[in-house]
Amino acid sequence: MLASLTLLLVFQLIGETVVQWLRLPVPGPVLGMLLLFAALVLRGEVPTALRDTANGLLQHLSLLFVPAGAGVMTHLGLLATAWLPITVAILLSTAVTLLVTAFVMRAAARQR
Amino acid sequence: MNPELRELWVYLSTSPLLGLTLTLLAYQLAYAVYVKLGSHPLANPVAIAVALIVAILTFTGTPYAVYFEGAQFVHFLLGPATVALAVPLYAQWPRLKKLFGASMLALVTGSVVSVVSVWLIAEAFGASDQVLRSLAPKSVTSPIGMGISEKIGGLPSLTAVLIMLTGIVGAVIGPALLKTTGTQDDAIRGFAIGMSAHGIGTARAFQISETAGAFSALAMGLNGVITSIVVPVLVHGLA
Repeated sequence: MLASLTLLLVFQLIGETVVQWLRLPVPGPVLGMLLLFAALVLRGEVPTALRDTANGLLQHLSLLFVPAGAGVMTHLGLLATAWLPITVAILLSTAVTLLVTAFVMRAAARQR
Repeated sequence: MNPELRELWVYLSTSPLLGLTLTLLAYQLAYAVYVKLGSHPLANPVAIAVALIVAILTFTGTPYAVYFEGAQFVHFLLGPATVALAVPLYAQWPRLKKLFGASMLALVTGSVVSVVSVWLIAEAFGASDQVLRSLAPKSVTSPIGMGISEKIGGLPSLTAVLIMLTGIVGAVIGPALLKTTGTQDDAIRGFAIGMSAHGIGTARAFQISETAGAFSALAMGLNGVITSIVVPVLVHGLA
């Protein structure tokens, strides 16, 4: 548990460092995730302790959004003035994204 | 509030203990409500927990910054949690290899369509530049989406809210909408849900089948990566 949590933090640290160093347009933890994924592919398996720690963290992934989500209280005025574009854009764009993704993947998978 | 209680609150709110405990209590209460309501997508635990916390902070006159002193310990875990997404992603490696070409094409198209459509629609309805920038990564999982928002000049905390709303919308309309297209393959259904509605959509996709859930998680992870590359370029063109 301690070792695998450290491993996750080390990969995040490497990610953050490389992003800052090369000025990449990707958040540090995302690069950390890619590097860990590559390491797992090279290794050919996930160590049990890492799997347990990752599952533990991801099991309550929703909880981790709460502190930032509560930041909505500092934007209530903004949301009140922009509720129309936000509501319409999210509803339509989410539907369009879903349909386009499904159609493209279906067509491409059929080509094979 | 009586003076003694207020004094106690002022004392407690100077330590991180209160914000941290409040976060954990509110989330667990919200989760209990979610389960009680049969895991209905509209009873999203994040939304309920946030509403509870905002109500309590507003009632007690506690500024968000003071609350965040304690809540930041939970918030910090988003970083390692994002790195940990590599593990479920790796579990899909054999399937991903087979559907690689189709997935990549759907991934890039879906990511671009999501960003461009939300930007153009919101712009047409008069959204400000800051709202547009905060909306751009709306279909991406929160830890990644907030990072993108910060990088392109949006408000990460507003983005977190917009992402949450997008996830709820996608989870509610996604499966029904896919039914109208006659898509039978659960891999494709899951991938489309994960692309548009990230983690909240993934939870919904797992109710369809294991395959749908797994491909939704896969799409969620890959979409985060692609969108974080695509958004800065697209926003440069759109803004």
